[in-house]
Amino acid sequence: MTNTVSMTVNGKPVSGTVEPRTLLVQFLREHLGLTGTHVGCDTSQCGACVVHVDGNSVKSCTLLAVQADGATVTTIEGLANGNELHPMQAAFREHHGLQCGFCTPGMVMSAVDLANKVKNPSEHQIREWLEGNICRCTGYHNIVKAIKAGATVMQGGKT
Amino acid sequence: MSADGIGAPVRRTEDLRFLTGRGNYTDDINRPGQLHAYLLRSPHAHAEIAGIDLAKAKQAPGVVAIFTGADLAADNVGGLPCGWGVKNKDGSPMAEPPHPVLAQGRVRHVGDPVAVVIAATRDQAKDASELIGVDYKMLPAAIEASDAIKPGKPQIWDAAKGNICFDWHIGEKDAVDAAFKKAAHVTRIDIVNNRLVPNAMEPRAAIGEYDRGTGEYTLYTTSQNPHVIRLLMGAFVLHLPEHKLKVVAPDVGGGFGSKIYHYAEEAIVTWASAKLGKPVKWTAERSESFISDAQGRDHVTHAELALDRDGKFLALKVSTVANLGGYLSTFAPAIPTYLYATLLAGTYTTPAIYCEVKAVFTNTVPVDAYRGAGRPEATFVVERIVEAAAHEMKLDPAELRKRNFIPKDAYPYQTPVALQYDSGDYFSTLEMAQKAADYAGFGKRREEAAKRGKLRGIGIATYIEACGIAPSAVAGALGARAGLYECAEVRVHPTGSVTVFTGTHSHGQGHETTFAQLVADKLGVPMASVEVVHGDTSKIPFGMGTYGSRSLAVGGSALVKAIEKVVNKGKKIAAHLLEASEADIEFKDGKFTVAGTDRSKAFGEIAFAAYVPHNYPIDTVEPGLDETAFYDPKNFTFPSGAHIAEVEVDRDTGIVEVVNFTAADDFGRIINPLIVEGQVHGGLGQGIGQALYENAVYDGASGQLLTGSYMDYCMPRADNMPSFQVATHTTLCTHNPLGVKGCGEAGAIGAPAAVMNAVINALGPLGITDLAMPATPERVWRAIQSQSPRRAA
Repeated sequence: MTNTVSMTVNGKPVSGTVEPRTLLVQFLREHLGLTGTHVGCDTSQCGACVVHVDGNSVKSCTLLAVQADGATVTTIEGLANGNELHPMQAAFREHHGLQCGFCTPGMVMSAVDLANKVKNPSEHQIREWLEGNICRCTGYHNIVKAIKAGATVMQGGKT
Repeated sequence: MSADGIGAPVRRTEDLRFLTGRGNYTDDINRPGQLHAYLLRSPHAHAEIAGIDLAKAKQAPGVVAIFTGADLAADNVGGLPCGWGVKNKDGSPMAEPPHPVLAQGRVRHVGDPVAVVIAATRDQAKDASELIGVDYKMLPAAIEASDAIKPGKPQIWDAAKGNICFDWHIGEKDAVDAAFKKAAHVTRIDIVNNRLVPNAMEPRAAIGEYDRGTGEYTLYTTSQNPHVIRLLMGAFVLHLPEHKLKVVAPDVGGGFGSKIYHYAEEAIVTWASAKLGKPVKWTAERSESFISDAQGRDHVTHAELALDRDGKFLALKVSTVANLGGYLSTFAPAIPTYLYATLLAGTYTTPAIYCEVKAVFTNTVPVDAYRGAGRPEATFVVERIVEAAAHEMKLDPAELRKRNFIPKDAYPYQTPVALQYDSGDYFSTLEMAQKAADYAGFGKRREEAAKRGKLRGIGIATYIEACGIAPSAVAGALGARAGLYECAEVRVHPTGSVTVFTGTHSHGQGHETTFAQLVADKLGVPMASVEVVHGDTSKIPFGMGTYGSRSLAVGGSALVKAIEKVVNKGKKIAAHLLEASEADIEFKDGKFTVAGTDRSKAFGEIAFAAYVPHNYPIDTVEPGLDETAFYDPKNFTFPSGAHIAEVEVDRDTGIVEVVNFTAADDFGRIINPLIVEGQVHGGLGQGIGQALYENAVYDGASGQLLTGSYMDYCMPRADNMPSFQVATHTTLCTHNPLGVKGCGEAGAIGAPAAVMNAVINALGPLGITDLAMPATPERVWRAIQSQSPRRAA
């Protein structure tokens, strides 16, 4: 049995035929070739697959592709404005908030959602927010710094 | 210092692709017509395979083929080789049982691969695997190493009597025994170094592809050392010559040791791709990573330290049982021996040391190097026993350490356990850490915490590590079955841009930036004109990969040698163009200049002349500017440092919070301080993880890994970690051209002992003097309860 799904991904209309069990992350990676969204676990803990669905950060391994039918999805590939990095991406680079890069897309997408929802998040708020994103490389120190700086820029401030 | 030269905190080149979703990890690669493999793994820790029924599975939708161990044996596929042989106390070789790619008649741990299903899609392969009927005849299992060596326990290998792989020792036992007789005080401890699951965030993956037209094989794999995989898989497993086998390790999402080894799946997809004439792809699910990636640590140790009346260390005696799991992983024998016991002198002048190690097979996942590999285990033994001695002798732990430090004018310093340290300054790093952590002000903070009902503790760990393992001949004499040099090629293009080919591999370490910085600095070209290529055996002459904090110390040294060759050739070309003597040509800031004149040629002009040799010393100098160098280190490098942890314990819940963590490290010369700090942070995260959260727990009877997912195995999260204070103090390595030592493992080495010393310090007022890692809330709460009168419910 297959289903047809249609959604808007990174501003473009897309559609495809999927099995009922196909996860949103599989649809993004395997059907659309958007391999920036990663799969780091099979229990919805690691957050490497975080994307935005209708403006909220979502673990794309926790949603079936059919559940996203009609939704607006933004992945890490859709975050930058052409060659200009999104302020959160730029902050991760500036503050060395990534090493191997595998958790990074999920971290950045999660961080952007935090900055959209919470004005000037404190270190404590950032650390609590990242409960669902695991990084094995950085000890989180520079990720927290980067998110604080990125959030400030997103809210019109300077770092 | 130029803006992007040596010492500058240059932002990383590789970040742009990782931040925009354009990384290229193995699972991101898809080959035309590829099939998908799924491995059926043993659900039992120990069992005979009486039969395998594939009939139903072969009929399942999408299935192309199913292979078992019998198919591989029929095709003469070899076992996975072990890269290091250790000898027993009596000089006899260790037990070295086979390590089949797919199980041959018996399974020896949960997760042992039994069959591979290859189908059109991954889901079809997985669905079909559930239709395979395996007739397992269950056997009793041996799980804990210290238990597995007792008489009457299940035997895992006929070749390993009593499950012992080897019974090894190092040091002078007689000298140690004599010193203990003279001791004014002896401190004794029993410690467990908990087993860890490396958990690089990218699960392992592999794609095999065979080209019938050329007879060439390509393996894409998540590896820290593609050339080593090519050698091991080509020579020992599939019997393929190097020139017909290409191994590509593209972007790799973390390794921490777990991606050093040659794994079964790499051989399976490569072999199957030729059998089926189509590319075959396999990607681990995280649950598979837990039961198939080599794990780390797992030592049980008894140690005794002899001290004189003044607290000077007289001798150290250590006895360790190390768990190797069900099979010998690639470098497993080296970890609890030459990377562990040789580090037991630590930062101290202890004149006599003896260590014996029994390495044991058990029905668990194989154990091998994990970040630090042997050195965290050694540091934990030394720094826990020193702390315990200070407590027993009522001495300040910092003071006791300082009394026993190797003085900074004592180098080169020969330890009693084989290593010769070339440089260090342990007083300065400890002083730096004490100052940054306000060690003197701890008493006040403890009082203040007590007012809030919290138990506050402080703990120190100093460490030494041996990095950039070397020289090849010495490692060979100790059992290494490979060389430990590194290779670099510097290819200067006609217009002066440069491609660097390095045999090391970056999987988070930022080599593309650090190495480019180095080249830019040495050749005086813009960093943007330097490309660093790694991870492809068809492009890079050779290499041993990245592990043991070796990339800059060994790979960077090879790179410096290749750069020197480029400069020397450039001088010959410049001498010709400038009509001067070669001896008069100086190279600085990208210019070849006739000494004492303003006559010069830019680096780019020389490169152009080398490729367009119209006016050229063609009789004596070959055209082109492309140099390769191999570097075999003269010694290990010895990074060192002092870490101080401060914790608060909630007495009602047992929750430990790290409220402050300070690290002062000596890594020799630093090329990029931003990257070095990041490496320290990451190591600290893993070290704190080991001390407080992480533990691979097997059921003692069934051998099931109880912590087999992120729901059970506690990976440190952002809200478990403090902000870190890190600083460096530099003494240069004396024997490599850059004076660099390596920084990748330091955090994971120092942090566990610092944190546990702090936790035990916090609990000290309750009468608690020992606690096992990880100091989970439950363990801490139980320890507190065991000391307190039971409260009325």
